[in-house]
Amino acid sequence: MACILTFVEQRDGKVRKGSLEALSEAKRLATAAGWDVCAVLVGSGIEGEATALGSYGASAVYVVDEERFARYSAEGYAAAVRAAVERCQPEALFLSATALGRDLSGRLAARLLVGCIPDVTALKLADGKLEAVRPVYSGKALATVEPGGAKPVVFTLRPNVFAAEAVGGTARIEKLPAIPADIRAVVREIVATGGGELDVAEADIIVSGGRGLKGPENFALIKALADALGGAVGASRAAVDAGWIDHAHQVGQTGKVVSPSLYVACGISGAIQHLAGMSSSKIIVAINKDPEAPIFKVADYGIVGDLFQVLPALTEEIKKLKS
Amino acid sequence: MNLCVLTAHVPDTASVIKVGAAGNRIDETGLKWIISPYDEYAMEEALKLKEARGGTVTYITYGPARAEAGLRECLARGGDAAVHVKGGEATFGDALAVARVLAAAVRKTGTFDLILVGVKGVGSDNGLVGAMVAELLDIPHVAGVTKLEVGEGSLTAHREIEGGAEVVTAPLPCCITAQKGLNEPRYPSLKGIMAAKKIPIQALSVADLGLDEGTLAGAEAGCRWRALSLPPAKSGGTIIPGEEDPAGAARQLATLLREQAKAI
Ligand SMILES: Cc1cc2nc3c(=O)[nH]c(=O)nc-3n(C[C@H](O)[C@H](O)[C@H](O)COP(=O)(O)OP(=O)(O)OC[C@H]3O[C@@H](n4cnc5c(N)ncnc54)[C@H](O)[C@@H]3O)c2cc1C
Ligand SMILES: Nc1ncnc2c1ncn2[C@@H]1O[C@H](COP(=O)(O)O)[C@@H](O)[C@H]1O
Repeated sequence: MACILTFVEQRDGKVRKGSLEALSEAKRLATAAGWDVCAVLVGSGIEGEATALGSYGASAVYVVDEERFARYSAEGYAAAVRAAVERCQPEALFLSATALGRDLSGRLAARLLVGCIPDVTALKLADGKLEAVRPVYSGKALATVEPGGAKPVVFTLRPNVFAAEAVGGTARIEKLPAIPADIRAVVREIVATGGGELDVAEADIIVSGGRGLKGPENFALIKALADALGGAVGASRAAVDAGWIDHAHQVGQTGKVVSPSLYVACGISGAIQHLAGMSSSKIIVAINKDPEAPIFKVADYGIVGDLFQVLPALTEEIKKLKS
Repeated sequence: MNLCVLTAHVPDTASVIKVGAAGNRIDETGLKWIISPYDEYAMEEALKLKEARGGTVTYITYGPARAEAGLRECLARGGDAAVHVKGGEATFGDALAVARVLAAAVRKTGTFDLILVGVKGVGSDNGLVGAMVAELLDIPHVAGVTKLEVGEGSLTAHREIEGGAEVVTAPLPCCITAQKGLNEPRYPSLKGIMAAKKIPIQALSVADLGLDEGTLAGAEAGCRWRALSLPPAKSGGTIIPGEEDPAGAARQLATLLREQAKAI
């Protein structure tokens, strides 16, 4: 039976949400078309995570559990996923478009000599053919992309776009034999930045600050609202370039591309390069004192006003609503 | 140290994008073209390495006639040679086809210790070509590099991941994709612009590389852009005046977010 294979990413032994989203989308498409869904899980000491994937729709989970895969390497993981591809001969391969997924997808597609369609926001499977929609030109256009002939074409799915849903079910778990892999680029250590706070690329709610904040100390206002909402702190390039906050927080063309369910832009004008990073957010809120600021053109809700007055009041209101 | 920079020539990031007559490509009328922003970091790093270690910097681009202007702009900042593989309209957006052409062009041009690429090219927004070229050339790669140290026969790179950075070591030859933060790209000097004019740009066709663009875009395509459309314009949002009564506006917004948008 035709099948979609989903690469399931784990970090520190925990399966990441984006992978469950990709797996769920594979299941939705496959159910309608009468296809099968498989998953491949790679790491060290992660076999225990495989069982739960059955409830997200995988009928088989291929597990590559080896000490040398404890840390990610494009070369090693490409070899591992290729082994699963050879095992189940899928029509398509899904990954979540995380830092790891995006990196691995290119190496893997070239190894299999198949196409790769990255950062997909919509998928269709009709008459046995998959077709994807993805933002291009920094979100200023949408491309409808069809895979070429060689299989399996690799798709990376933008995190936070597709719903993860447990549908119930159990998977057959199959451990793959030791895989030869020549790993030349080796991760020696992982240094955490930002003291373990939530990364904008993974957050479902983001509150961002721009030049309108006037100084680094005022990111405290952004942080307070983000904390009240349970979200992450983002920033415009102007704020990053001024040295007020680390580049890891930057949203936009030369920062991160995000699609949270709620994006709150404070003191950000809405330059096209900023919009490139956040215009696909589900709900956009703008707080700006200039009613003509372009951010209001993409905003679902907004307040024209002084952020120094609006933000503390809004944080209080959110806290009240949540208590 | 022989360095190779792969660089794409792309519409300025502030361009207004319109769909062209073919329906699956943009309308190029009146666009201003630039070196893809991340490629500037790749280029700057190559020039810095050459200054510190000696050697050469070679640029390779795969694109239509206008892409030559991009190579001139690169040479104006420094560097020794440039190769222009002509074509690319039919394969645009298909990272596999582009990478196959570029890998073949690299092979034909020379042997390099380090290949530097942008983490993502404007337009295609694929972020794939670096890893693909590395795989096709059978060399390691490190993507999204924000810090690089090149030693004898190996390199150490910091690569950005969610919430941190991975410190990666790899032997040379290697490929890196450059991320913002790696360096501050220089501007071309007048002297550089004049010197660049004297460097010949080597023109190649895809056929010179033993490949056929029709096949790359046809039977062997990785993917095809079937159609291009503009995202639906947002209909007017609810904008609350908050100059007079910021607290009241905040209360109204919080209620709307909860009850109408169901976002909190
Ligand atoms: C190649 C390239 C790549 C780029 N990449 C990015 C990117 O990734 N991300 C990015 O963000 N930008 C990027 N930019 C920069 C972008 O063009 C803008 O310069 C930048 O986004 C502006 O940041 P800002 O909105 O914070 O600042 P400004 O444009 O200066 O806007 C500040 C806003 O704050 C408002 N304001 C001021 N005071 C207050 C107050 N008291 N209360 C409420 N509002 C107030 C003002 O009305 C104004 O709208 C890029 C540019 C280029 C050329
Ligand atoms: N046509 C091209 N010619 C030369 N280099 C390219 C071309 N397309 C992409 N690249 C390189 O690959 C990087 C990533 O491109 P992409 O995978 O298309 O996002 C770019 O930043 C360039 O360095």
